[in-house]
Amino acid sequence: MVFSFELLQEAVLFGVLLGCFYAAVSIGLSVSFGLLDVPHVAHPAIMVFGSYCTYLLGLYGFDPIVAGIVLMPAFFLLGVGVYRFYYEAFEKRGSEAGVRGIAFFFGLALIVEVGLILAFGVDQRTVEADYIGKSLSLGEMRIPLRMLVAFGVALVLMLALMLYLSKTFTGRAIKAVAQDEPALRLMGADPVRIKQWAFGIATGVSALAGALLIIIGPVEPGMDRVYIGRTFAVVVLAGLGSMTGTLAAGLILGISESIVLMHFGASWAPAVAFGLLLIVLGIRPQGLFGR
Amino acid sequence: MKFWVSAGLVFSLAVIAAATVKNEYYFFAGYTVLMFVVLATAWNILGGYAGYVNFGTPAFFGLGAYTAAVLFKATAAPLALQIVAAAAMSGLLGLVAGLLTLRLRGIFFAIATIALTVIMETLFINWRYAGGATGLQLLRPAPIWPFASYTTMLFVVMAAMAVGAVAVARYVETSWIGRGLRAIRDSEEAAECSGVPTLKLKVFACALSGALMGAAGAPMPMYLSFIEPASTFNLNYAIGALASPMIGGMTHYMGPVIGAILLSTLQQVVTVTISGEMNVMVVGVLLVVFVVAAPEGILGLFKRWKKPSST
Repeated sequence: MVFSFELLQEAVLFGVLLGCFYAAVSIGLSVSFGLLDVPHVAHPAIMVFGSYCTYLLGLYGFDPIVAGIVLMPAFFLLGVGVYRFYYEAFEKRGSEAGVRGIAFFFGLALIVEVGLILAFGVDQRTVEADYIGKSLSLGEMRIPLRMLVAFGVALVLMLALMLYLSKTFTGRAIKAVAQDEPALRLMGADPVRIKQWAFGIATGVSALAGALLIIIGPVEPGMDRVYIGRTFAVVVLAGLGSMTGTLAAGLILGISESIVLMHFGASWAPAVAFGLLLIVLGIRPQGLFGR
Repeated sequence: MKFWVSAGLVFSLAVIAAATVKNEYYFFAGYTVLMFVVLATAWNILGGYAGYVNFGTPAFFGLGAYTAAVLFKATAAPLALQIVAAAAMSGLLGLVAGLLTLRLRGIFFAIATIALTVIMETLFINWRYAGGATGLQLLRPAPIWPFASYTTMLFVVMAAMAVGAVAVARYVETSWIGRGLRAIRDSEEAAECSGVPTLKLKVFACALSGALMGAAGAPMPMYLSFIEPASTFNLNYAIGALASPMIGGMTHYMGPVIGAILLSTLQQVVTVTISGEMNVMVVGVLLVVFVVAAPEGILGLFKRWKKPSST
């Protein structure tokens, strides 16, 4: 264990870049779980699926970010389909949906994960682009360019989603359905259609998040298991459904994880997200920016 | 009375099998099936009766396995002592985890239990004495008379634990504890208002369920002659423990037993005939199909089939 100011500085800088990325991978869950109350345990699995689609498009010469954007409409439709199914099978039947809804998404995550293993094997996959493998020197520090690119895209993605939710008509309707569903119904809007739309957007965003995931490092099918902890930690710490909170929580997780990584070693890092999550659940379950 | 007769019959069947069958593989596979019977039964005490989804099976199971392994390494304690110690440690973990997390509802509790698993795994990866990330080799002692081989002995021990676990679950289900837990599942507020000590019951269920899972994990290091964190705290145990009651039926103590026997036997067959990946796929698909199409599980289907007029 070495404590030094330079190391800490580097850890914080790296943590900010990582944190912004964590916020971007969690923002889809922030909509689907935070706003819509769907226990979407399969969110990270769908994101990893997005990474593999990016990898496939990369074989045809697509840049990973372009691939991520191209995939968004397809993932939107996938999300609409998944929500429709979930609604018909569970939400409509009311009660008892809790246990079975969670089990359903858990099963879905398994199917996606094993499907990827059967199709691609358990080996790690990477993509190629000009900005991958190079790094930028900043004084003493060297920052991998891929982290900077992921940071930039993550930031743009989040700003776009925040603007969408607060400025457009549908965006506001999504927030309204989270706050008071019967009231929305009285206004003549169909809550199910709005939720379906919102879930589609959340899933579409996951496609780009998946592209970012494969940009910052190699991807393997079992990766979703670690990200269940990270994404739920961010969303719960943020306070359900708060977009600003998601960014803040992502940064907190990124910085703490990178400090632990640099000072205690990689074997302790996976526990950071879950430890943070347990602390938040125990002390302040409504999160930092809770409604 | 009928229950005890059939329980005794099942156990004697296991003993007779141990005395007559010569092929070791059957005990090897049978052990896994019986282990999942214990895990699923234990899971159902909290998950099925009280409606709290627990993804933390590997945490309790793994702590039990490691307790046994460390105890064996330190003192060469006999198997029975290892099992008792493992159950005690995992029960304690259930008690503490229950006190900390059972105020949380639904998905929050579920996620907290995943967190528990990862934290336990990280602790054991970083604990040198227990082998760290590379694991620990253990030398099996000689089997105790009358058993010819250690695997056969473990099989009979696991059969005894399976019968014991089902008896415990049956007791919980038919006593006032089970009624209280069911009241919690249907409406926690209503239960609290009617004077059900909800938190106490939930913590008790969590500790009992944890202790049984720990006991199921205790013989694992001896079964493999080896222990290592990544496979010991594998989420696949959580999947098996959760899927079996969902498939078999969560409202009756026989549900998890039926589900576990069907599912793990199928998994063993698929692993041998197709591949290890395919066996996880089978669980995923069956879980989704049952949760969507047969919410009451196999027992529910059976009831509907017996009384077609009621549907």
